[in-house]
Amino acid sequence: MEFFVQQFLNALQLGSLYALIALGYSMVYGVLLLINFAHGDIFMMGAFFGVFGSITLGLPFVPTLLLSMILTGLLGVTIERVAYKPLRQASRLSVVITALGVGLLLENGLLALTGANPRSYPQDLVTTKVYDLGGVSISNVKIIIIVLAALLFAGLYTIVQRTKWGMAMRAISYDKFAVPLMGVSQDQVISLTFLLGTSLAAAGGILWGVAFPVLNPYMGLRVGWKAFIAAVVGGIGDIRGAAVGGLLLGFIEIFVPAYGKSIGISSTWRDPVAFGLLLIILVVRPTGLFGVARRQKV
Amino acid sequence: MSKRFMSLGLILVVVAATLGSLPVAAQEDCDFVGEVVIGVIGPLTGDIPKVGQSTVEAAQMAVDEVNAECGLQIDGENYEVVIVVEDDESKAESAVAVATRLIVEENVVAIIGPQASKQAVPAGQVANDRETPMISPWSTNPATTKDRPWVFRAAFLDPFQGPVVAGFAAKEFGAKTAAVLYDVASDYPKGLAENFRDAALASGIDIVAFESFTTGDTDFSSQLTNIIAAKPDVLFTPQYYNEVPLIVQQARELGFQNPIVGSDSWGTPDLIDLCGDACNGLFFSTHYAPDIATEVGQKFIAAYEERYGFKPDDVAALTYDAFQLLFTAIESANSLERADIRDALASIELFEGVTGQMSFDEQGDPIKCAVIIQIKDGAFTYYDSACPAGFPPE
Repeated sequence: MEFFVQQFLNALQLGSLYALIALGYSMVYGVLLLINFAHGDIFMMGAFFGVFGSITLGLPFVPTLLLSMILTGLLGVTIERVAYKPLRQASRLSVVITALGVGLLLENGLLALTGANPRSYPQDLVTTKVYDLGGVSISNVKIIIIVLAALLFAGLYTIVQRTKWGMAMRAISYDKFAVPLMGVSQDQVISLTFLLGTSLAAAGGILWGVAFPVLNPYMGLRVGWKAFIAAVVGGIGDIRGAAVGGLLLGFIEIFVPAYGKSIGISSTWRDPVAFGLLLIILVVRPTGLFGVARRQKV
Repeated sequence: MSKRFMSLGLILVVVAATLGSLPVAAQEDCDFVGEVVIGVIGPLTGDIPKVGQSTVEAAQMAVDEVNAECGLQIDGENYEVVIVVEDDESKAESAVAVATRLIVEENVVAIIGPQASKQAVPAGQVANDRETPMISPWSTNPATTKDRPWVFRAAFLDPFQGPVVAGFAAKEFGAKTAAVLYDVASDYPKGLAENFRDAALASGIDIVAFESFTTGDTDFSSQLTNIIAAKPDVLFTPQYYNEVPLIVQQARELGFQNPIVGSDSWGTPDLIDLCGDACNGLFFSTHYAPDIATEVGQKFIAAYEERYGFKPDDVAALTYDAFQLLFTAIESANSLERADIRDALASIELFEGVTGQMSFDEQGDPIKCAVIIQIKDGAFTYYDSACPAGFPPE
């Protein structure tokens, strides 16, 4: 039982992080029908803005987090204005290729700027404390990640569902030709989408850096793919889907090595089994768990 | 020295190395009649850039030293040593590409590198197929040199290192059970994990958990929870300095209190910065310890420290040894033909390097001692030695 609870907490932590990053993929796709392949690298930038805040400026945890979310949010809006907006009438393929290019620019730009040596946050940014609850170890880092991810998701959900801006986002997502005619500024809504999506990725980046304190400019690649897969499985375009997809991926990645052995699967088989399961979900529900089929007009 | 300054320094060194050798004072009077071009391959970028940095620093120092003494003498004439540095990006496919480029386009007489087995094993195939001598300083996986007459190394092998660590765990901690956590997608950790398992089982230590992950993973909590549930006396993890901090910190957060031991891949000083207090007191096996260096070793350490401002790690020491082996071979071959250099390398019997005495077996693998290092108060400190039976010869 302790074993199960421990693995459950491990999965909750990993899944929360994936979910935070998957939200950005999903929101941008929902509004622009663009798969923003630079998102993983924006997450990486968020983690590195954290290095800037915590080491260069010597800030404590909460200001570092806020600073990184603001800077990354501005970076996201700038990227959209400079790289994606001029291509709004171009084919979707051009924009996807541009997104890949932006990702490479961020990665290699940072590599040239800071060098290849891995970084970590100062140890006192979040001083690790471990609590032992009847055989289950839980650290304050885990609690912070799980609680903060849940709060951020709740905040985002409220914005999208309960505010006028959120309504505008949903409306643009529904019909991006008619809605601007009603006086909703498409550009502002898109900027807001990028601002929210990228600042959540930044929060994910900081929390990732606290949980796994070895940061390098390539860290966004793998995490980015996985969050993208999580968003697709959850149903890309739907923020509940991104959250559920992220948690699902986290749970599969933790529970396959945890219980695989009892049915003869060693931890080596984690990725094949994990992604095999996700494929099965997509075969059964091609639009993902929360996705709705869109009809393409031809 | 700040990290940024170090990486700037690295870039300058690489640029300088690529453009040609650095000017050295004594060079003027030597009347060089030609150049000896040696290829160097290391992970300058990618997961373990500090390893690449040590490679370049040691290589540059070895070359400057030999050029200051009028380079290499062949048929009584002076040849200037020039290195061409290539980055394998810590990837197997890039190692193959740059090894081929060095051999075919740069026409090097020999290659020093790559360092990690993941790159050295495939690059060794290229060097062997194209009949170019290659010395991998740091690779400990047997496959690098096995049945490859053109490939040599300066490090000991994992079938030796595995029993060393297992023996240490039994002696130091009285371990009856052990667990292993390793990267299944990388040659070095996978090979060494298996060597450790076999050695542990042979010496009566039960392996209660043998868990793996793949390169690039950062969350090991599931595997570590499995390991903790199996209650091992000691955890062995043969990983690199960018992974060890994550493994150690996560193990402690999950409540693992027993010792964690490692292998020579731990020995990069950046490990201490990244891991902090969590790694304090832990042990690993490696190639050399600056605190017990021989006379040759002390001279190297002093020169290196003066030049770069910090102590050389094991990669730097082994790279330097690899260069000395190659220089010795070229001068005794008295030729710049790749085949002659290979023969001369193969006929070296006993060599006194900065990492200690070594002799070579028929596979071109050194027989040498290992040391156990303890991470103590932010430094790597000598703790113990372990030598193969009957070595060093009296």
